[in-house]
Amino acid sequence: MSLLEIQGLGISFGGVRAVNDVSFSVKQGEIVSVIGPNGAGKTTLFNMISGVYQPGAGSVALSGEPVTGMEPFRLAQRGLSRTFQNLQIFQNMTVLENAVTGFHLQERGPVLADLFNLPGSRRRARQAEEGARALLARVGLERAADREAGSLSYGSLKRLEIARALAMQPKVLLLDEPAAGCNAVETEEIDHLIAEVAASGVAILLVEHDMKMVMRISNHIVVLDHGEKIAEGAPAEVSRNPDVIAAYLGTEAEHADG
Amino acid sequence: MRISTKYWTLLFLAALIAVTPFFFPSGYYFRVGSLLFVNGLAVTGIVILTGYAGQISLGHAGFAGIGGYACALAPVHWGVPPALAVVLGAAVSGVLAYLVGRPILRLKGYYLGVASLGFGILVAMVLNNERALTRGPDGIEVPDLGLRGLLKDWGLNLTNGEFWYVVTGICLLIGAWIALNLHSSPTGRALRALHGSEVAAGTVGIDVARVKLQAFVISAIYASVAGSLLALQNKFITPDVAGFLHSVEMVTMAVLGGVSSVPGAILGAGVLTLLPQVLTVFAEYEQLILGLVMMLVMIFLPEGLVPSILRRLRGRDE
Repeated sequence: MSLLEIQGLGISFGGVRAVNDVSFSVKQGEIVSVIGPNGAGKTTLFNMISGVYQPGAGSVALSGEPVTGMEPFRLAQRGLSRTFQNLQIFQNMTVLENAVTGFHLQERGPVLADLFNLPGSRRRARQAEEGARALLARVGLERAADREAGSLSYGSLKRLEIARALAMQPKVLLLDEPAAGCNAVETEEIDHLIAEVAASGVAILLVEHDMKMVMRISNHIVVLDHGEKIAEGAPAEVSRNPDVIAAYLGTEAEHADG
Repeated sequence: MRISTKYWTLLFLAALIAVTPFFFPSGYYFRVGSLLFVNGLAVTGIVILTGYAGQISLGHAGFAGIGGYACALAPVHWGVPPALAVVLGAAVSGVLAYLVGRPILRLKGYYLGVASLGFGILVAMVLNNERALTRGPDGIEVPDLGLRGLLKDWGLNLTNGEFWYVVTGICLLIGAWIALNLHSSPTGRALRALHGSEVAAGTVGIDVARVKLQAFVISAIYASVAGSLLALQNKFITPDVAGFLHSVEMVTMAVLGGVSSVPGAILGAGVLTLLPQVLTVFAEYEQLILGLVMMLVMIFLPEGLVPSILRRLRGRDE
């Protein structure tokens, strides 16, 4: 069954169609990548799926239920989690606390219990902290746990963001350029991590510029250009598709066509 | 580790409150001390709203006014005991904060600052103009709390200054304890998370509008209780307590000491309560010196006194 189902999704900004009529689906344990040249609408697509933007047209369904245009925190409650291309880390908190916030839905409770430090509140906080430490170990950040998040390197912050997203035990995980700005070693680590998460049954939707990585780990690729889906299929098919090659090699091919 | 930091902070604060009276040259300083504690309590509420959740209010004096006038009016008009009037004021402030905050806190940016400013002005206007009830700008007497007489019956004989020093000191400790509890609790983490990034807070499932509202209501209750304590110890209250200047003063105290830190904000309240007392010698230059101190702190210690100093100390350790 597909956990994430996108139907005819579209949005316009001031009359410009940023994304138009895009449909695809992601099944449990599957890694689907969205690729396309800069400005093709990949991040806009992500923002519509994750509730940051209200789609102008089309629908999003999570585990078969319609969730189009739902606020991000409600989507999170339904098992959708994401990371951001331009990092959204809580700079004012420690690395551990960043990871702990991923457990918010599990650790939250009555405010009064939190204000008066009641045993229930302490227990919830402690459990979330243990979970967060385990996740930091999984992404190789356990030794940085008590450092301020702002002091980490870019690659480490990327991993921290993934750890925070995983803390939510999502059914669907949206990763927006998780390897951007990372060196080869870091990219490979993230690569393994994504494959591992998918193997545990999470549906993963990925936007990534690193083509080697995309070709290596994706089960299915969706290609966007000028906001429209121009191709989709297995990595091998897509990389041979003439439209895709034209979109990537630039305008000359387009001029020759038209 | 965090737990011990919390209790060290509280222990230090308690020790400071308990020991300083031995150095007081006169009974007058008990009054200055309790004024400082009341300000500290109000500012601790600002820490929760502004330091934790990153929301700015310029109308919190409105809640202090409600708390203060609850103690003046409820005992006289409805026969509520003054101690219960504090609770009543806090409840009214909490409900009002909820009603005012609910529509505003859904919006991002400075809407809360502007809207709360309007709220504060509105409260001050009502207190000034509803003469039949509040007796207007000249102010109104506040009945005695009654506790001091009760303590005397039990053999504990305190002067008025001493009594209020102890009561407000205990209230400040409780307020600080609650705010420190909140800091590393699930709700406190959610508040600080939305301060860091509202978008990211949403994606981890934090209902941003809801937790903002919680912070607003909690901090309104702090301001309200502080206003009540002020009214009860002065046995008199004027609409100035709800005025714009008082709102600004609260924010200034918090920012001076370090708005993200409870001990910092209390220190800020301390500095801005004590400086005018010290500066009475230079009466003409008081405002000038205050302004200069504020500017220097903001230029050289932009995070506020306590966080900036802590950071430097830590930096030296490493």
